[in-house]
Order: sequence, then structure tokens, then C-alpha cells
Amino acid sequence: MQINKTDIIDKLRQDILGWEGYKPPVTGARSLIGLGPLETAFPNGVFPLAAVHELVCGSSEQAAAGGGLVTGILSVLLQRGGICVWIGRARRLFAPALTVFGVAPHKVIFISLSKDKDALWVMEEALKCSGLKAVVCEVHELNFKQSQRLQLAVEQSRVTGFVLRNAADKLGSTACAARWRVKSLPSANLGDLPGLGFFRWQVELLKVRNGQPCKWILEWQDGHFVPAAQILLNEERQAG
Amino acid sequence: MQKRFMSIWFRHLLTDGLALRRADLKEAPFVLAAPVKNRVVITAASALAEQQGAFTGMAVADARAAVPELLSFDDTPGKAAKLLRLLGLWCIRYTPVVAVDLPDGLLLDISGCAHLWGGERSYLKEIVLKLRAAGFDARAAIADTPGAAFAVSRFARVSPIVPVGGQAGVLAGLPPAALRLDAEILERLQKLGFRTIGPILSMPASTLRRRFGKELLLRIDQALGRVDEALVSLIPPAPYVERLPCLEPIRTAVGIEIAIEKLLSALCLRLQAEGKGLRKAVLKCHRIDGHKVQVSITTTKGSHSVSHLVRLFQLQISKIEPALGIELFILEAPRVEDMETVQEQIWAVDKGLADTALAELLDRVAGKVGAEAIRRYLPAEHYWPERSVKIATSLIEEPTTAWPEQMRPIRLLSVPEPIEVMALLPDNPPKTFAYKDKRHIIIKADGPERIGREWWQDSGEHRDYYAVEDSGGQRYWVFRSGHYDGGDARWYLHGYFA
Repeated sequence: MQINKTDIIDKLRQDILGWEGYKPPVTGARSLIGLGPLETAFPNGVFPLAAVHELVCGSSEQAAAGGGLVTGILSVLLQRGGICVWIGRARRLFAPALTVFGVAPHKVIFISLSKDKDALWVMEEALKCSGLKAVVCEVHELNFKQSQRLQLAVEQSRVTGFVLRNAADKLGSTACAARWRVKSLPSANLGDLPGLGFFRWQVELLKVRNGQPCKWILEWQDGHFVPAAQILLNEERQAG
Repeated sequence: MQKRFMSIWFRHLLTDGLALRRADLKEAPFVLAAPVKNRVVITAASALAEQQGAFTGMAVADARAAVPELLSFDDTPGKAAKLLRLLGLWCIRYTPVVAVDLPDGLLLDISGCAHLWGGERSYLKEIVLKLRAAGFDARAAIADTPGAAFAVSRFARVSPIVPVGGQAGVLAGLPPAALRLDAEILERLQKLGFRTIGPILSMPASTLRRRFGKELLLRIDQALGRVDEALVSLIPPAPYVERLPCLEPIRTAVGIEIAIEKLLSALCLRLQAEGKGLRKAVLKCHRIDGHKVQVSITTTKGSHSVSHLVRLFQLQISKIEPALGIELFILEAPRVEDMETVQEQIWAVDKGLADTALAELLDRVAGKVGAEAIRRYLPAEHYWPERSVKIATSLIEEPTTAWPEQMRPIRLLSVPEPIEVMALLPDNPPKTFAYKDKRHIIIKADGPERIGREWWQDSGEHRDYYAVEDSGGQRYWVFRSGHYDGGDARWYLHGYFA
């Protein structure tokens, strides 16, 4: 009887996920996005593609870290061809840098806008266009209603949306599938070698719909994400 | 189709034009005059002046004797052409082909236009009444040929509308001057006693040619419709154009949208049949107050999809100010291109940049926020960071060189920001730097990477770039401008790494 009960609960959970639009993974299609252990935090252990993700950065200087993480994810999404739209402010994104993260900059269409209202309008239109792989948008504010509109758009077209919120004042609740916080960390020492190591970030999943919020340290090494040693996280905990 | 022409005659074109600008001349007899052989001769007289006995061709001094309070103004040459051009442009709302007929008339090709105003009679009435209300003493006539219309508008005392094929009968009763002839030929006809055109028409062509030359025969043939007469249109007609006159003036956004939809579906049907796609469209709205408002759309790829183009125009509707109402919509497609017919696919494949849906999305974005906001970048063969990318000119342009392999910051400041720096040794990376009153202690650094200026482009110092990481884990791209030896080396922050 006991086994039967857990089975039933599992079945019900799967059903609920299915109704909410999360399909169970096809065998072998796991670890699709190359985020490693981070993906276990999502329902079914699969990074939700037809969803809007919200990335929060502490300050405008930290925004580069968020841009880096998104570009890393994009490189996986664009592997099999496809186009991405990047809606930014005042042309601050430097296209040649995308090659570092394995994205061909000429496959990205940059739209530069100064007003949040315009940026969100363009993002919603872009998310409705199923020929795109992903849409990235930098805004200051995103309220619940606006995020709902974006979420409705992706449910139709199954495009992945990323909202980068730089220096956001207050974080209200949104309809996004996940809220991330990215912070750059000092890179690891490369033995006795001088110079910078691999890009290293602290990636936090503050909120995940139907998943487990968690915290990881990621490095970008030779074209893919590598989770840093768990020890480092422990050290940080001990330190404070 | 049966050709129909309309001739409009402005009896007092120049004086009416002046009276429109000078309200005080409405009630006074006045003339325009120009010096001819030491005399000042009247070139145009107002209706009031003519009533009182001052006519064109008189000397102003003689006219003053008849009309003591006569006002005289200098005649500026070319004024008539200017006025007629403006009047002709106004007439574009009634027909696309309007020609100036110097010195005092307009010729309109109205074939297939009159029924939109409910027949030729109401069409003519509408134009003449509008012109008269505007202050021009206008007379108009409609006939099969421009020549007959010209003659009837100026000389006939009968109905201004000549029925189809009836020009010979009407012309017979008019004086020879109605044939637009030279003064010399007219004088000779007068001498021979030809008071009307009728007897001339009955004479054999060979006799007429011998006595009066070829011109008379040509004019007769043109007036009777035996020879085609081409009008030189004021505005060359656009090859792809649709017109929609409205019975009631349109004032609402919904009405405008319906009009756009109607026009586009007619235009797209034609484009589709010819295998063309629209690149640019202009919607001209003629308002009843005489003004014209226009909006335009452009597409990144040729399109003849009605739904897409309607959506592009929907973003522009708010820019149309209908005021009292719009009476005529004209949709022109000044730029079209050949379209490839693409076979539809049963399953969706990734079309990348060639996707029609993507082009449509970009059109909408360009319509809403402006095309300059959208950019695609291609690598340019320059090391200097600001010049290392160029803007792609089209959606399908591919890079001609590889993207640079060097590590570049994901965010580049458009103008490098000066920073205060402390470095141990001249060629060492900085130890600390201060930017916006905040001190950063540098733990790790890479560099220098020297990027020299392209001397053929501009002069100045080279840059030594360092990638540095501060104690908080932030990574920056800083550079020193020039050599250290002078002691005035300046440091700048140029970007942020991820």
C-alpha cells in the first residue's frame, strides 16, 4: 500500500507538471543546456526552454556577468542554427565578445532602445515569432502584468526569453519560470601562472516554478559551463 | 476605355491669385502690368477692372483715364506657371494625370474617374464649385479630346459636357480661336471670313495644308480625336497605385484602417499576380480642408502579404491627423522588388535569417521604434576596438572575414572613461584604480596588449590594454594611452568582462 501511495503522488505530480506545460524528458535528452547540476533544480530536471527567465544583477557593473551567463546559455541554444534577438540599451553590448562564449555575433540581431516600454513591446513581439531561438531583453522594471504577457507569448511560440534586470530597485513577483541572480567571483588561481583565470560566477536560483531554489558556482571553460568544486561553496559558508 | 478629358480655364488666374493673398483687393479694380517698349501695358486685369473698362493689352495710363481708382501692380514673370502648378497638385485628388496648360488652364485626364463622384456632371460641378469657393473664377468642360475640352471651356455657351463622339458638332459653332492656333493663322482665317470652325471642317485637307500649313490640320485632328494628344503629367504616375475616394469624410481610426485594408488587398492582388513584393509604401490622405497627410512604411524584404502590411500601417495610424475628415486615400508603392516564390513546407525547418516571419517582425519593430534601432554586426578588419565591427547592410549579408579570437569585454563603453591609476613599474599593470570615486584593488591582471592607431585613419597615441580583476571579482578592460616616459600617460576604463 505504502509504495502505491508514493507512486500515485508521483503520477499526480507529473500530471500537474504536464498541465503546466512541462513535458517529461525524453530519454537521452537530459542535460540539454549544459548547465550541469544546475538543471536538477528545474522540474523534471530539464531547463525549461519555452519560458521566460529573469536574471537579476546587483549593479550596472555586474550586468556584464549576467550578459556572460546568458550568452553561454545561448551558445547551446544556437548550436543547431537559429537566430537570437538582443534588446539592449544604448548599444553597450560589444558584439565581438560573443565569440568568447561560442555565439556567432552575426547570428544575433541587436535592437537598441532607451525606454522600458518600447523594449517590452519589442520583446513581446519577438517572443511571438517562432522562427527565433531566443530573445534577450535588458530592462529596469518588470511588473507582474508585463511578465504574464511575455509568458503567454512564449507558451505559443516556444521561444526562450531572458529578461536581464540591471540594478533593479525592488523585486516584485513575476510570472517568469525562474529568477536568477548572477554575481562575478574572483577567478581561481592557475597555480603559479599570472593573469586571469576562467570567468567565474556565483549563480543563484532565487525562485523556480515547481523546482528547488539553489546556489552554484559556475565557470566558463573552453566553450561550456563547469560547476566549480563544491568545496569552494563550503568555504564561503564557513567564512560567513 | 473611352478617353475623357477635362479642361479648366481660369479667367482671371493672376489677379485671383493676388487677391487671395491681399484681402484689401477684393473690392477694388486692379491690374498687373509690365513694361513693353517704353509703355507700361496691362498683362492681367481683375474682373472688376474689366467691368469698368480696363482690359489686358491697354496701356496703364489709358486705363487710368477710364478707371481713375485703378490700382496697378508689377507682374512677375513665371507667376502663372507657379499658380497653375499648385492648382494642378490640388487637382491630383480627382485624377492622377493633371497637366498644366499655360498660360491660364489645366488639362485633366479623367478617364475612369468621374463615376467615383457619381457621373461627369457632378464631378465637374464638384471641381468648379470648389475652385470658385477658393476664389478662382474657373470654367471647365469635359470632352473626348483635350482640344475639344479646351474649346468648349473657353468659347462655348452650351452645356460644358460634350457627349462621347459629339465634338465635331459642338466645335462647328465655335470661333477658330478655339482650336489653339497661332495669331498669324487666326488673322488669315479672319481675313478670309471664317467666323466659325464649321466651314473649315468641310474643306478638303489638301487645300487647308496648302494655305495654312500643317499646324491647322494637326489642331483639327487633335480636337476631333483623330490624333492622340499626350498630356505631360505634373507628377509622373506611380506604376503601383490604388485610390479610394470616400463618400463621407473619414475621421476615425477604424475607418482609416478599413480604407488601408481595402487599398492593400487590391494592391497586393496585383503584386502577387506579377510576382512582386512591396518594399516601400506611401499612404497619402487628402483631407477636406485641402491639406494632405502622408505616412509611409518600409519592409526589409519584399512582401505582398495583406495581413503583414496592414499590421505595419496599424502602427502608423496614430500619426494620421484626420482633422475634419479625409475624402481620398491614395496608396502608392514607389519601391517594389521581384520576389522568389518559395514552396511551402509541410514541416517547419529552421530558416534562420531568411525567415519571412523574422523579416516581418523587424518591419514591425522598425515601424514602431525606427529602423535605426535595429543593427546586425559583421567583423571588420581592424584591431582598434571601436572599428572592429561594421554594421550589416542587409539581413542576409554574411561575414567576409572571421570574427577576432582575442578576448574582448562583453560591455564596451562608447567613450573610454578616465581613471586614476597607481602602478608599480611603468610597464606593470595597475595596482589600484579609482573610477567614479570608488577604489578598486587589482588582484590579477593580464596584459599588456598593444593596439596601435591606424596612421592612415587618424593620428594619436597607441593603447596598451590590460584585463584586470579586482578584489570583488569584477573584471575590467583598462588601457594606458601612449608611452609612460613622458610622465603624462593617461589611463582609461574601456569595458567590462563577464
